[in-house]
Amino acid sequence: MADNRADTRVSMRTPLARVKGLGASGHGVEHWWIHRMTAASNIPLIIAFVIIVASLAASPSYQEAIAVISHPLVAIILILAVISVTNHMRLGMQIVIEDYVHDKGQKIAAVMANNFYAVIVGVACLYAILKVSLGRILA
Amino acid sequence: MAEAKVAPRPLSPHLQVYKWSWTMAMSVAHRLTGIALYGGIALFAIWLVALASGPSAFDAVQWFFGSPLGYLILFAYTWILMHHMLGGVRHLVWDFGHGMEPAQRINMARFTLVGSITLTLAIWVVAFLVF
Repeated sequence: MADNRADTRVSMRTPLARVKGLGASGHGVEHWWIHRMTAASNIPLIIAFVIIVASLAASPSYQEAIAVISHPLVAIILILAVISVTNHMRLGMQIVIEDYVHDKGQKIAAVMANNFYAVIVGVACLYAILKVSLGRILA
Repeated sequence: MAEAKVAPRPLSPHLQVYKWSWTMAMSVAHRLTGIALYGGIALFAIWLVALASGPSAFDAVQWFFGSPLGYLILFAYTWILMHHMLGGVRHLVWDFGHGMEPAQRINMARFTLVGSITLTLAIWVVAFLVF
């Protein structure tokens, strides 16, 4: 069938949509990119995390553990690590779910559960870190 | 109207039909260690929440981590963390387009395993000697 339109370049897409170039889905490489960004940020944060946990290896008393975790430097590093890691693991597990769970309903349920789990773990860690560290003034 | 024919599509062969190679083993290990860390972070959350709850909750959790099973879990967790970290560095190297040649791929895969075991032992030795 011949295309009789005067101008074949006519499109329903707005100039903004063309510039963004994201197509119908409305999003692009965020999942992939944030997975890489958090992978990079995880490296120094996990090294610091391992050092912090190793310093607690000798079964510390409650007061000693509070003293370590509530130090501003430690608390800030742990907060950054929790944010970076929970996001990274959420994105990673979503890839695993999308690879192996083929039923649409189950897939949506699994991805939702994955998001909930990551947020619950993240909020629990952040709340606990802030609770033990806020209000502590270093002498 | 004719019924839609379901053509026999080629299925992607699954893991068991391949001869295991270093890169394949480390690829599988990267995903498995990621899944393990996903569950394992809950242990850290429990430890932190117990710390925030008070001495009695903390002592109960600390008793578990100080038990032989607790130490075994922490040791395994250390190796899994180091393995996933080195595996991730390998992936970041590939993302920049390097290390794709056969010899490089296999050496990087071997280094992931050897490096993760070395780092794990080093961390535990240092943790016990220094702290």
